[in-house]
Amino acid sequence: MSDNQIKEENKTLISVNNLSKHFEDLHALNGVTIDINKGDVVFVIGPSGSGKSTFLRCLNRLEEPTGGTILFEGVDITNKKTDINMHRQKMGMVFQQFNLFPHMTVLKNLTIGPMKLQGKSKKEAEEEAMKLLERVGLADRANAYPSQLSGGQKQRIAIVRALCMKPDVMLFDEPTSALDPEMVGEVLEVMRELAKENMTMVVVTHEIAFAKEIANRVIFMADGKIEEEGDAKEFFENPKSERLKAFLAKVL
Amino acid sequence: MSFIDSFKLNFIKDNRWKYLVDGLGVTLRVTLFAVLIGIAIGFLIAVIRSTYDKTGKLKFFNFLANIYVTVIRGTPVLVQLLIIYFVIFGSVRIDKVLVAVLAFGINSGAYVSEIVRSGIMSIDPGQMEAGRSLGFNYVQTMWYVILPQAFKNVLPALGNEFIVLLKETSVAGYIALEDLTKGGDIIRSQTYDPFMPLITVALVYLAMVMFLSFLLKKLERRLRNSER
Repeated sequence: MSDNQIKEENKTLISVNNLSKHFEDLHALNGVTIDINKGDVVFVIGPSGSGKSTFLRCLNRLEEPTGGTILFEGVDITNKKTDINMHRQKMGMVFQQFNLFPHMTVLKNLTIGPMKLQGKSKKEAEEEAMKLLERVGLADRANAYPSQLSGGQKQRIAIVRALCMKPDVMLFDEPTSALDPEMVGEVLEVMRELAKENMTMVVVTHEIAFAKEIANRVIFMADGKIEEEGDAKEFFENPKSERLKAFLAKVL
Repeated sequence: MSFIDSFKLNFIKDNRWKYLVDGLGVTLRVTLFAVLIGIAIGFLIAVIRSTYDKTGKLKFFNFLANIYVTVIRGTPVLVQLLIIYFVIFGSVRIDKVLVAVLAFGINSGAYVSEIVRSGIMSIDPGQMEAGRSLGFNYVQTMWYVILPQAFKNVLPALGNEFIVLLKETSVAGYIALEDLTKGGDIIRSQTYDPFMPLITVALVYLAMVMFLSFLLKKLERRLRNSER
Protein backbone atom coordinates (compact mmCIF):
# COMPACT_ATOMS: atom_id res chain seq x y z
CA MET A 1 0.00 0.00 0.00
CA SER A 2 1.51 3.36 -0.96
CA ASP A 3 1.79 6.24 1.46
CA ASN A 4 -0.79 8.09 -0.48
CA GLN A 5 -3.38 5.41 -0.01
CA ILE A 6 -2.76 5.27 3.72
CA LYS A 7 -3.21 8.99 3.93
CA GLU A 8 -6.44 8.70 2.00
CA GLU A 9 -7.73 6.07 4.39
CA ASN A 10 -6.83 8.03 7.46
CA LYS A 11 -8.67 10.98 6.15
CA THR A 12 -11.96 9.23 5.49
CA LEU A 13 -14.10 9.11 8.62
CA ILE A 14 -17.37 7.82 7.26
CA SER A 15 -17.65 5.96 4.02
CA VAL A 16 -21.20 5.39 2.84
CA ASN A 17 -21.70 2.97 0.01
CA ASN A 18 -24.95 2.43 -1.86
CA LEU A 19 -27.02 3.06 1.27
CA SER A 20 -30.74 2.45 0.96
CA LYS A 21 -33.71 2.47 3.26
CA HIS A 22 -37.09 1.18 2.23
CA PHE A 23 -40.15 1.59 4.43
CA GLU A 24 -42.90 -0.79 3.34
CA ASP A 25 -43.27 0.55 -0.19
CA LEU A 26 -41.69 3.95 0.30
CA HIS A 27 -38.07 4.21 -0.84
CA ALA A 28 -36.69 6.83 1.52
CA LEU A 29 -33.09 6.28 0.46
CA ASN A 30 -32.04 4.96 -2.91
CA GLY A 31 -28.38 4.09 -3.10
CA VAL A 32 -26.53 6.93 -1.43
CA THR A 33 -22.75 6.84 -1.79
CA ILE A 34 -20.47 9.40 -0.21
CA ASP A 35 -17.27 9.72 1.80
CA ILE A 36 -17.07 12.10 4.71
CA ASN A 37 -13.58 13.13 5.72
CA LYS A 38 -12.17 14.20 9.03
CA GLY A 39 -12.82 17.89 9.61
CA ASP A 40 -15.51 18.07 6.97
CA VAL A 41 -18.49 20.28 7.64
CA VAL A 42 -21.06 18.67 5.42
CA PHE A 43 -24.47 20.25 5.05
CA VAL A 44 -27.31 18.18 3.68
CA ILE A 45 -30.08 20.18 2.10
CA GLY A 46 -33.08 19.37 -0.02
CA PRO A 47 -36.87 19.55 -0.13
CA SER A 48 -38.84 17.82 2.63
CA GLY A 49 -39.29 14.14 1.95
CA SER A 50 -36.04 14.00 0.05
CA GLY A 51 -34.57 11.54 2.55
CA LYS A 52 -32.00 13.83 4.15
CA SER A 53 -33.08 13.12 7.73
CA THR A 54 -33.32 9.42 6.98
CA PHE A 55 -29.80 9.55 5.59
CA LEU A 56 -28.50 11.20 8.75
CA ARG A 57 -30.35 8.81 11.05
CA CYS A 58 -28.98 5.85 9.14
CA LEU A 59 -25.44 7.03 9.84
CA ASN A 60 -25.69 5.96 13.49
CA ARG A 61 -28.34 3.36 12.73
CA LEU A 62 -31.13 5.06 14.65
CA GLU A 63 -32.81 4.10 11.41
CA GLU A 64 -31.82 0.63 10.20
CA PRO A 65 -30.64 0.80 6.61
CA THR A 66 -32.14 -1.90 4.40
CA GLY A 67 -29.16 -2.03 2.07
CA GLY A 68 -25.62 -0.81 1.50
CA THR A 69 -22.78 -0.32 3.94
CA ILE A 70 -21.43 2.39 6.22
CA LEU A 71 -17.80 2.27 7.24
CA PHE A 72 -17.14 4.40 10.31
CA GLU A 73 -13.46 4.71 11.20
CA GLY A 74 -12.88 1.68 9.04
CA VAL A 75 -15.48 -0.53 10.73
CA ASP A 76 -18.59 -1.71 8.92
CA ILE A 77 -21.28 -0.52 11.34
CA THR A 78 -24.08 -1.87 9.18
CA ASN A 79 -22.85 -5.36 10.00
CA LYS A 80 -25.29 -6.81 12.54
CA LYS A 81 -22.38 -8.24 14.52
CA THR A 82 -20.83 -4.82 15.09
CA ASP A 83 -21.50 -3.43 18.55
CA ILE A 84 -23.24 -0.28 17.38
CA ASN A 85 -23.43 1.10 20.93
CA MET A 86 -19.65 1.40 21.08
CA HIS A 87 -19.54 3.36 17.83
CA ARG A 88 -22.48 5.57 18.71
CA GLN A 89 -20.43 6.94 21.59
CA LYS A 90 -18.17 8.42 18.93
CA MET A 91 -21.06 9.86 16.90
CA GLY A 92 -22.79 12.68 18.75
CA MET A 93 -26.32 13.42 17.67
CA VAL A 94 -28.40 16.56 18.05
CA PHE A 95 -32.13 16.35 17.44
CA GLN A 96 -34.71 18.80 16.20
CA GLN A 97 -36.71 18.37 19.40
CA PHE A 98 -33.61 18.51 21.69
CA ASN A 99 -34.65 15.32 23.53
CA LEU A 100 -33.02 16.31 26.77
CA PHE A 101 -33.87 14.02 29.68
CA PRO A 102 -36.51 16.02 31.57
CA HIS A 103 -36.10 14.15 34.85
CA MET A 104 -32.44 15.07 35.21
CA THR A 105 -30.70 18.36 35.87
CA VAL A 106 -28.63 19.85 33.07
CA LEU A 107 -25.46 18.59 34.73
CA LYS A 108 -26.87 15.07 35.08
CA ASN A 109 -27.91 15.13 31.42
CA LEU A 110 -24.33 15.90 30.52
CA THR A 111 -22.57 13.49 32.86
CA ILE A 112 -24.70 10.35 32.69
CA GLY A 113 -23.14 9.20 29.42
CA PRO A 114 -19.49 9.70 30.35
CA MET A 115 -20.08 8.21 33.81
CA LYS A 116 -22.09 5.13 32.86
CA LEU A 117 -20.51 4.41 29.49
CA GLN A 118 -16.95 5.63 29.74
CA GLY A 119 -16.35 4.88 33.39
CA LYS A 120 -15.52 8.45 34.32
CA SER A 121 -15.77 9.52 37.94
CA LYS A 122 -18.51 11.95 38.88
CA LYS A 123 -15.91 14.62 39.60
CA GLU A 124 -14.11 14.20 36.29
CA ALA A 125 -17.34 14.09 34.27
CA GLU A 126 -18.72 17.16 36.02
CA GLU A 127 -15.53 19.14 35.55
CA GLU A 128 -15.51 18.44 31.83
CA ALA A 129 -19.21 19.20 31.56
CA MET A 130 -18.80 22.50 33.39
CA LYS A 131 -15.97 23.52 31.08
CA LEU A 132 -18.14 22.91 28.03
CA LEU A 133 -21.12 24.62 29.68
CA GLU A 134 -19.01 27.67 30.28
CA ARG A 135 -18.04 27.76 26.65
CA VAL A 136 -21.66 27.86 25.54
CA GLY A 137 -22.40 30.40 28.27
CA LEU A 138 -24.73 28.21 30.32
CA ALA A 139 -22.63 27.38 33.36
CA ASP A 140 -25.15 29.10 35.59
CA ARG A 141 -27.89 26.70 34.46
CA ALA A 142 -26.05 23.53 35.49
CA ASN A 143 -28.54 22.70 38.22
CA ALA A 144 -31.65 23.70 36.31
CA TYR A 145 -34.05 21.20 34.80
CA PRO A 146 -34.70 21.22 31.05
CA SER A 147 -38.24 22.53 31.53
CA GLN A 148 -36.74 25.69 33.03
CA LEU A 149 -34.74 26.47 29.89
CA SER A 150 -35.62 28.27 26.68
CA GLY A 151 -35.53 26.39 23.39
CA GLY A 152 -32.19 27.86 22.41
CA GLN A 153 -30.69 26.97 25.77
CA LYS A 154 -32.05 23.43 25.50
CA GLN A 155 -30.47 22.94 22.11
CA ARG A 156 -27.14 24.29 23.28
CA ILE A 157 -27.27 21.88 26.22
CA ALA A 158 -28.15 19.06 23.82
CA ILE A 159 -25.08 19.88 21.77
CA VAL A 160 -22.94 19.90 24.90
CA ARG A 161 -24.44 16.56 25.96
CA ALA A 162 -23.24 15.03 22.71
CA LEU A 163 -19.85 16.73 23.03
CA CYS A 164 -19.30 15.37 26.53
CA MET A 165 -18.89 11.93 24.97
CA LYS A 166 -15.93 13.31 23.01
CA PRO A 167 -17.32 12.24 19.65
CA ASP A 168 -15.37 12.09 16.39
CA VAL A 169 -18.33 13.35 14.41
CA MET A 170 -21.43 15.36 15.23
CA LEU A 171 -24.71 14.67 13.47
CA PHE A 172 -27.26 17.48 13.49
CA ASP A 173 -30.84 16.71 12.52
CA GLU A 174 -32.47 20.07 11.76
CA PRO A 175 -31.10 21.59 14.97
CA THR A 176 -32.84 24.94 14.60
CA SER A 177 -36.16 23.94 13.05
CA ALA A 178 -38.03 23.81 16.37
CA LEU A 179 -36.67 27.11 17.65
CA ASP A 180 -38.23 30.52 17.81
CA PRO A 181 -36.46 32.76 15.29
CA GLU A 182 -34.74 34.86 17.93
CA MET A 183 -33.08 31.76 19.38
CA VAL A 184 -31.65 30.36 16.18
CA GLY A 185 -28.60 32.61 16.35
CA GLU A 186 -27.28 31.34 19.67
CA VAL A 187 -27.41 27.73 18.47
CA LEU A 188 -25.73 28.54 15.16
CA GLU A 189 -23.03 30.37 17.09
CA VAL A 190 -22.17 27.18 18.98
CA MET A 191 -22.08 25.22 15.72
CA ARG A 192 -19.89 27.86 14.14
CA GLU A 193 -17.43 27.50 17.02
CA LEU A 194 -17.41 23.73 16.57
CA ALA A 195 -16.70 24.03 12.89
CA LYS A 196 -13.82 26.38 13.66
CA GLU A 197 -12.33 23.74 15.93
CA ASN A 198 -12.33 21.28 13.07
CA MET A 199 -15.08 19.08 14.44
CA THR A 200 -16.40 16.81 11.72
CA MET A 201 -20.05 17.72 11.28
CA VAL A 202 -22.94 16.43 9.21
CA VAL A 203 -25.82 18.89 9.34
CA VAL A 204 -29.31 18.46 7.94
CA THR A 205 -30.85 21.89 7.84
CA HIS A 206 -33.04 24.43 6.11
CA GLU A 207 -30.70 27.26 7.05
CA ILE A 208 -29.22 27.74 3.58
CA ALA A 209 -27.50 30.99 4.49
CA PHE A 210 -25.78 29.27 7.37
CA ALA A 211 -24.74 26.40 5.09
CA LYS A 212 -23.18 28.93 2.78
CA GLU A 213 -21.29 30.43 5.68
CA ILE A 214 -19.70 27.44 7.38
CA ALA A 215 -20.07 24.37 5.16
CA ASN A 216 -17.10 23.16 3.20
CA ARG A 217 -19.20 20.59 1.40
CA VAL A 218 -22.88 20.50 0.58
CA ILE A 219 -25.09 17.63 -0.45
CA PHE A 220 -28.36 18.25 -2.22
CA MET A 221 -30.77 15.37 -1.90
CA ALA A 222 -33.92 14.64 -3.84
CA ASP A 223 -36.04 11.50 -4.00
CA GLY A 224 -33.71 9.59 -1.68
CA LYS A 225 -30.68 10.20 -3.85
CA ILE A 226 -27.79 12.59 -3.88
CA GLU A 227 -28.73 14.87 -6.72
CA GLU A 228 -25.68 17.04 -6.46
CA GLU A 229 -22.71 17.25 -4.15
CA GLY A 230 -19.68 19.40 -4.00
CA ASP A 231 -17.45 22.02 -2.51
CA ALA A 232 -19.63 24.64 -0.82
CA LYS A 233 -18.49 27.65 -2.84
CA GLU A 234 -18.82 25.87 -6.16
CA PHE A 235 -22.10 24.31 -5.09
CA PHE A 236 -23.86 27.61 -4.45
CA GLU A 237 -22.19 29.67 -7.17
CA ASN A 238 -22.42 27.13 -9.95
CA PRO A 239 -25.27 24.72 -9.30
CA LYS A 240 -25.41 22.21 -12.12
CA SER A 241 -28.61 20.20 -11.86
CA GLU A 242 -31.89 21.83 -12.74
CA ARG A 243 -33.52 20.66 -9.55
CA LEU A 244 -30.87 22.28 -7.40
CA LYS A 245 -31.14 25.50 -9.37
CA ALA A 246 -34.90 25.48 -8.86
CA PHE A 247 -34.50 24.67 -5.17
CA LEU A 248 -31.96 27.40 -4.54
CA ALA A 249 -34.09 29.90 -6.42
CA LYS A 250 -36.92 29.12 -4.04
CA VAL A 251 -35.03 29.22 -0.76
CA LEU A 252 -32.47 31.95 -1.33
CA MET B 1 -74.02 -2.96 77.25
CA SER B 2 -72.26 0.37 77.54
CA PHE B 3 -69.52 1.49 75.21
CA ILE B 4 -66.93 1.02 77.91
CA ASP B 5 -68.13 -2.46 78.78
CA SER B 6 -68.11 -3.39 75.13
CA PHE B 7 -64.57 -2.02 74.75
CA LYS B 8 -63.38 -3.99 77.77
CA LEU B 9 -65.06 -7.19 76.58
CA ASN B 10 -63.71 -7.03 73.04
CA PHE B 11 -60.20 -5.73 73.59
CA ILE B 12 -59.10 -5.92 77.23
CA LYS B 13 -60.52 -9.25 78.38
CA ASP B 14 -58.23 -12.20 77.60
CA ASN B 15 -55.88 -9.75 75.89
CA ARG B 16 -58.09 -9.84 72.81
CA TRP B 17 -56.47 -6.67 71.44
CA LYS B 18 -53.58 -8.91 70.50
CA TYR B 19 -55.67 -10.45 67.70
CA LEU B 20 -55.85 -7.02 66.10
CA VAL B 21 -52.24 -6.05 66.66
CA ASP B 22 -50.89 -9.39 65.44
CA GLY B 23 -53.35 -9.32 62.53
CA LEU B 24 -52.24 -5.81 61.62
CA GLY B 25 -48.64 -7.02 61.55
CA VAL B 26 -49.58 -9.85 59.18
CA THR B 27 -51.57 -7.52 56.93
CA LEU B 28 -48.70 -5.05 56.73
CA ARG B 29 -46.14 -7.75 56.02
CA VAL B 30 -48.26 -9.38 53.32
CA THR B 31 -49.02 -6.02 51.70
CA LEU B 32 -45.43 -4.78 51.79
CA PHE B 33 -43.91 -7.88 50.21
CA ALA B 34 -46.77 -8.31 47.76
CA VAL B 35 -46.24 -4.72 46.62
CA LEU B 36 -42.53 -5.41 46.08
CA ILE B 37 -43.26 -8.57 44.10
CA GLY B 38 -45.99 -6.76 42.18
CA ILE B 39 -43.58 -3.95 41.24
CA ALA B 40 -40.87 -6.40 40.18
CA ILE B 41 -43.19 -8.55 38.06
CA GLY B 42 -45.12 -5.53 36.80
CA PHE B 43 -42.08 -3.64 35.54
CA LEU B 44 -40.61 -6.75 33.95
CA ILE B 45 -43.84 -7.63 32.12
CA ALA B 46 -44.38 -4.01 31.12
CA VAL B 47 -40.90 -3.77 29.60
CA ILE B 48 -41.38 -7.06 27.75
CA ARG B 49 -44.75 -6.08 26.33
CA SER B 50 -43.85 -2.53 25.37
CA THR B 51 -40.61 -3.75 23.80
CA TYR B 52 -42.64 -6.15 21.70
CA ASP B 53 -45.16 -3.46 20.83
CA LYS B 54 -42.45 -1.06 19.70
CA THR B 55 -39.82 -3.30 18.13
CA GLY B 56 -41.44 -6.69 17.51
CA LYS B 57 -38.71 -8.37 19.55
CA LEU B 58 -39.24 -10.78 22.50
CA LYS B 59 -42.16 -12.43 20.75
CA PHE B 60 -42.08 -15.56 22.90
CA PHE B 61 -41.82 -13.70 26.21
CA ASN B 62 -44.56 -11.37 25.09
CA PHE B 63 -46.74 -14.40 24.42
CA LEU B 64 -46.12 -15.71 27.96
CA ALA B 65 -46.71 -12.24 29.42
CA ASN B 66 -50.03 -12.00 27.60
CA ILE B 67 -51.17 -15.32 29.01
CA TYR B 68 -50.14 -14.24 32.50
CA VAL B 69 -51.99 -10.94 32.33
CA THR B 70 -55.08 -12.53 30.77
CA VAL B 71 -55.33 -15.33 33.32
CA ILE B 72 -54.57 -13.21 36.37
CA ARG B 73 -56.93 -10.41 35.42
CA GLY B 74 -59.56 -12.87 34.31
CA THR B 75 -59.94 -14.72 37.60
CA PRO B 76 -60.76 -13.50 41.12
CA VAL B 77 -57.83 -12.97 43.46
CA LEU B 78 -59.54 -15.11 46.11
CA VAL B 79 -59.72 -18.07 43.73
CA GLN B 80 -56.03 -17.56 42.89
CA LEU B 81 -55.17 -17.52 46.60
CA LEU B 82 -57.11 -20.73 47.21
CA ILE B 83 -55.53 -22.46 44.21
CA ILE B 84 -52.02 -21.51 45.30
CA TYR B 85 -52.63 -22.69 48.86
CA PHE B 86 -54.71 -25.83 48.30
CA VAL B 87 -53.57 -26.95 44.83
CA ILE B 88 -50.04 -25.76 44.13
CA PHE B 89 -48.80 -26.05 47.73
CA GLY B 90 -51.50 -28.51 48.73
CA SER B 91 -49.17 -31.32 49.65
CA VAL B 92 -46.44 -29.33 51.40
CA ARG B 93 -46.40 -27.45 54.67
CA ILE B 94 -45.78 -23.84 53.88
CA ASP B 95 -46.00 -20.57 55.73
CA LYS B 96 -49.38 -19.01 55.03
CA VAL B 97 -47.92 -15.53 55.01
CA LEU B 98 -45.64 -16.63 52.20
CA VAL B 99 -48.58 -18.05 50.26
CA ALA B 100 -50.50 -14.81 50.68
CA VAL B 101 -47.48 -12.74 49.64
CA LEU B 102 -47.08 -14.83 46.49
CA ALA B 103 -50.77 -14.81 45.61
CA PHE B 104 -51.28 -11.08 46.10
CA GLY B 105 -47.90 -10.22 44.57
CA ILE B 106 -48.53 -12.27 41.44
CA ASN B 107 -52.02 -10.83 41.20
CA SER B 108 -50.88 -7.24 41.64
CA GLY B 109 -48.08 -7.71 39.10
CA ALA B 110 -50.61 -8.10 36.29
CA TYR B 111 -52.29 -4.81 37.12
CA VAL B 112 -49.02 -3.00 37.77
CA SER B 113 -47.70 -4.21 34.41
CA GLU B 114 -50.59 -2.59 32.54
CA ILE B 115 -50.16 0.64 34.49
CA VAL B 116 -46.41 0.78 33.87
CA ARG B 117 -46.84 -0.20 30.22
CA SER B 118 -49.14 2.75 29.67
CA GLY B 119 -46.46 4.90 31.30
CA ILE B 120 -43.71 3.58 29.04
CA MET B 121 -45.83 4.07 25.94
CA SER B 122 -46.53 7.67 26.96
CA ILE B 123 -42.83 8.65 26.84
CA ASP B 124 -41.78 10.46 23.68
CA PRO B 125 -39.85 8.14 21.31
CA GLY B 126 -37.21 10.88 21.11
CA GLN B 127 -36.13 9.95 24.63
CA MET B 128 -35.22 6.43 23.56
CA GLU B 129 -33.43 7.82 20.51
CA ALA B 130 -31.47 10.30 22.59
CA GLY B 131 -30.36 7.57 25.00
CA ARG B 132 -29.42 5.21 22.19
CA SER B 133 -27.57 7.94 20.30
CA LEU B 134 -25.30 8.48 23.32
CA GLY B 135 -24.35 4.82 23.17
CA PHE B 136 -26.63 3.35 25.82
CA ASN B 137 -28.06 -0.03 24.89
CA TYR B 138 -31.79 -0.68 24.98
CA VAL B 139 -31.89 -1.94 28.57
CA GLN B 140 -29.70 0.89 29.87
CA THR B 141 -31.87 3.47 28.15
CA MET B 142 -34.97 1.86 29.65
CA TRP B 143 -33.40 1.92 33.10
CA TYR B 144 -31.85 5.39 33.14
CA VAL B 145 -34.17 7.32 30.85
CA ILE B 146 -37.55 5.73 30.17
CA LEU B 147 -38.58 3.99 33.40
CA PRO B 148 -37.87 6.91 35.78
CA GLN B 149 -40.11 9.13 33.66
CA ALA B 150 -42.74 6.45 33.19
CA PHE B 151 -42.76 5.78 36.94
CA LYS B 152 -43.39 9.41 37.70
CA ASN B 153 -46.23 9.60 35.20
CA VAL B 154 -48.02 6.55 36.54
CA LEU B 155 -47.41 7.13 40.25
CA PRO B 156 -51.04 8.14 40.96
CA ALA B 157 -52.34 5.00 39.24
CA LEU B 158 -49.75 2.85 41.01
CA GLY B 159 -50.73 4.35 44.34
CA ASN B 160 -54.33 3.45 43.65
CA GLU B 161 -53.31 -0.12 42.85
CA PHE B 162 -51.44 -0.43 46.15
CA ILE B 163 -54.39 0.92 48.11
CA VAL B 164 -56.59 -1.70 46.45
CA LEU B 165 -53.99 -4.36 47.23
CA LEU B 166 -53.81 -3.40 50.91
CA LYS B 167 -57.56 -3.85 51.27
CA GLU B 168 -57.67 -6.95 49.10
CA THR B 169 -55.41 -8.82 51.50
CA SER B 170 -58.45 -8.94 53.81
CA VAL B 171 -59.58 -12.12 52.03
CA ALA B 172 -56.48 -13.94 53.33
CA GLY B 173 -58.68 -15.28 56.12
CA TYR B 174 -59.96 -17.84 53.60
CA ILE B 175 -56.73 -19.79 54.02
CA ALA B 176 -56.99 -19.25 57.79
CA LEU B 177 -54.27 -16.63 57.77
CA GLU B 178 -54.86 -14.42 60.80
CA ASP B 179 -54.61 -10.99 59.27
CA LEU B 180 -56.30 -7.84 60.55
CA THR B 181 -59.75 -8.75 59.22
CA LYS B 182 -59.54 -12.31 60.51
CA GLY B 183 -58.36 -10.98 63.89
CA GLY B 184 -61.43 -8.78 64.20
CA ASP B 185 -63.64 -11.63 63.11
CA ILE B 186 -62.14 -13.97 65.71
CA ILE B 187 -62.95 -11.44 68.44
CA ARG B 188 -66.51 -11.16 67.10
CA SER B 189 -66.94 -14.92 67.19
CA GLN B 190 -65.75 -15.04 70.80
CA THR B 191 -67.72 -12.10 72.16
CA TYR B 192 -70.81 -12.27 69.93
CA ASP B 193 -70.47 -8.49 69.76
CA PRO B 194 -69.85 -7.61 66.10
CA PHE B 195 -69.99 -3.81 66.30
CA MET B 196 -66.86 -2.96 68.24
CA PRO B 197 -64.29 -5.30 66.58
CA LEU B 198 -65.51 -4.86 63.01
CA ILE B 199 -65.80 -1.09 63.17
CA THR B 200 -62.35 -0.97 64.71
CA VAL B 201 -60.95 -3.10 61.89
CA ALA B 202 -62.58 -0.80 59.34
CA LEU B 203 -61.10 2.27 61.03
CA VAL B 204 -57.63 0.75 61.07
CA TYR B 205 -57.84 0.07 57.30
CA LEU B 206 -59.10 3.60 56.75
CA ALA B 207 -56.22 5.04 58.75
CA MET B 208 -53.68 2.95 56.84
CA VAL B 209 -55.09 4.00 53.46
CA MET B 210 -55.13 7.65 54.49
CA PHE B 211 -51.52 7.41 55.61
CA LEU B 212 -50.53 5.66 52.38
CA SER B 213 -52.29 8.33 50.31
CA PHE B 214 -50.46 10.97 52.27
CA LEU B 215 -47.08 9.35 51.58
CA LEU B 216 -47.89 8.95 47.89
CA LYS B 217 -48.94 12.56 47.57
CA LYS B 218 -45.69 13.64 49.17
CA LEU B 219 -43.65 11.46 46.83
CA GLU B 220 -45.59 12.73 43.85
CA ARG B 221 -44.97 16.31 44.82
CA ARG B 222 -41.29 15.66 45.33
CA LEU B 223 -40.91 14.02 41.94
CA ARG B 224 -42.86 16.76 40.24
CA ASN B 225 -40.87 19.52 41.97
CA SER B 226 -37.80 18.28 40.19
CA GLU B 227 -39.29 19.54 36.96
CA ARG B 228 -40.48 22.95 37.95
